Amino acid sequence: MSVLLSVRDLAIEYGSRRGPVQAVRGVSFDLEQGETVAVIGESGSGKTTLAIGLIRLNPRSARVTRGEILFADERGTENVLDMDAETLRRFRWQRAAMVFQSALNSFNPVIDVWAQFLDTARAHGMDDARAVKRRARELLDLVHLDPDRVLRAYPHQLSGGMKQRALIALSLLLGPRLLILDEPTTALDILTQRQVIDLLRDLRRQLGFSMIFISHDLSLAAELADRVLTMYAGRIVEEARVADLFYRPRHPYSVGLLRAVPRVSGELGALASIPGSPPDLVSPPSGCAYHPRCPFAIDRCRIEDPPLGPVDSPGHAAACLRWQAVAEAVGTREPAKAL
Amino acid sequence: MAVRDVTAPGRHIIELDRVSRTFATPGGRITAVDQVSLALAEGEAMCLVGESGCGKTTTGRLFAGLLRPTGGRLLFEGSDVWEKKGKDLAVFRRAVQLVHQDPYASLNPVRTIYDTLSAPLFRHRKASGRAGATAAIVELLQRVGLTPPMDFLPKYPHQLSGGQRQRVAIARALSVDPRVIVADEAVSMVDVSIRITLLDLLLALRDDLGVTIVLITHDLAVARYFARSGRIGVMYLGRVVELAPTEALVSDPAHPYAAALIGAIPEADPTVTRTKERVGLRGAEIPSLLAVPPGCSFNPRCPLAERGLCDVLVPELLPIPGTREVACHVAVRERTRTAVGV
Repeated sequence: MSVLLSVRDLAIEYGSRRGPVQAVRGVSFDLEQGETVAVIGESGSGKTTLAIGLIRLNPRSARVTRGEILFADERGTENVLDMDAETLRRFRWQRAAMVFQSALNSFNPVIDVWAQFLDTARAHGMDDARAVKRRARELLDLVHLDPDRVLRAYPHQLSGGMKQRALIALSLLLGPRLLILDEPTTALDILTQRQVIDLLRDLRRQLGFSMIFISHDLSLAAELADRVLTMYAGRIVEEARVADLFYRPRHPYSVGLLRAVPRVSGELGALASIPGSPPDLVSPPSGCAYHPRCPFAIDRCRIEDPPLGPVDSPGHAAACLRWQAVAEAVGTREPAKAL
Repeated sequence: MAVRDVTAPGRHIIELDRVSRTFATPGGRITAVDQVSLALAEGEAMCLVGESGCGKTTTGRLFAGLLRPTGGRLLFEGSDVWEKKGKDLAVFRRAVQLVHQDPYASLNPVRTIYDTLSAPLFRHRKASGRAGATAAIVELLQRVGLTPPMDFLPKYPHQLSGGQRQRVAIARALSVDPRVIVADEAVSMVDVSIRITLLDLLLALRDDLGVTIVLITHDLAVARYFARSGRIGVMYLGRVVELAPTEALVSDPAHPYAAALIGAIPEADPTVTRTKERVGLRGAEIPSLLAVPPGCSFNPRCPLAERGLCDVLVPELLPIPGTREVACHVAVRERTRTAVGV
């Protein structure tokens, strides 16, 4: 496997009257070809800023203060942060595409779906309308929509689930190797959500692209991810293969998130919310930003901010001085029993 | 004609008796709630679940007396609410309170927490003067876990987190000593990490004050947690299709729609969620309320549908073994047959 995306020490701030809001504070991770990574965390953890930052779609008030975003596909390796406007314009859609949370608002309401496909294609130099139509039909077929009906429809004529699927088809029009999805199923009903999840899994298998998706919903990560990154206060605090994150979490924040989610199948288990709320990112707490909410915190946690370091399974890292104590408390069993 | 809800344990405090509600829309008349019979036992914590458009919010508003039924009756302690007048009606209005999904929208942004919570106290003469109101509000804020209470009195909604705002909304509902709270998606807008504490807060009101609560939600996992010692009702296209004790419903759903929902829900456990048994439906899209299919409204999507039966005859919500009710010809037949050992 080769690395498609390599993020190194990325930091992003927003200007505010009270001073810079440090939304992303030194994030590093790799994404391999064909791999799916989920970024989980509460609202305010910086996950959306990170996701849109990868293709530089942040609002103007945002400023990248350091780091690099290396993207390596068959066209070569480039730092996204160094791309000029034209290169960046082509990079988006052709090499990395984004599916936003509200599919409902992502389409232009006054043109039909076909016009949206054609506009997108033309903006990227695909002028042969017949070829575009052929590709659009193939993609709509892939997302189980009826091309004849959907291409002629205006966005308001489609249900939420149909719009979300049409948007996924559109995002794949120019054959990107990376798909970034922000809360891709949040607004959808259960059965529609299931359809979109199964669809993403099938598309990834058929087309082989990589995915990064942002979700507050741990079950979506459990469904689709190969690896999971837990974000807290603008940092990655845990990085693990999906089974390790769910069955052997080593950062107290990941443990807290897992314990906060009720299940439908299996034992209900002992559930608890995480006390307190995410910190103010204008002036994050000293030491480990999670220490004010952490049941494992000791005095050192107020002073030291540990980097991501290896824990007891391969490819698994946590930014916690107390990960061994967490391991002892949580164990290595199924979470329903362990937590 | 639907039967009365027989699954509610004990004395019924509030009850929908074959209640329907239609609305005029540009496309024609729709029946958002269709002959729903649902009773809440005093001190019960139950959940009503369903996808968007199933009529669960309308049902909540009918329970709270905010919408007049176009058919059937709303009973409070056995008497018809919409026949009540004057003082009797005022007693009902205080006794049943609705907590909305969105505390951003339901709290007035230009009023402090003190203003928001003192208004109902003054209106219902539960407090007089600033000192009396403050004392009552401090108690309410403590009850909903906003401490220290004095810190919150001068704050405006925008100075609070989503969870804190929802606690204020709950405190406001409590200010008039309600006996029933209808909580419509009360935890959907708050972060996953704090949903459990809000649900626990509502359950504590039930345990400590004896308040009856119906929580309306699209999230079956939330419903299972909240109603773990009670019942869940599943709605589809304006009807209750299954009403059952919570664990029985999630582990052994009788209605094929309930089974499809439970099978489709992603779970926060990679092994469980990737190996879950799924019910294949024949169509993913919910039909429009403007064109509800004849017979059982679920029949065009149902894997168990039988031609000549399900597409012709509307199934009643009927009792099956296990103190539960299901509106499905096939499930009723199968489950009563197994029970009598035929």
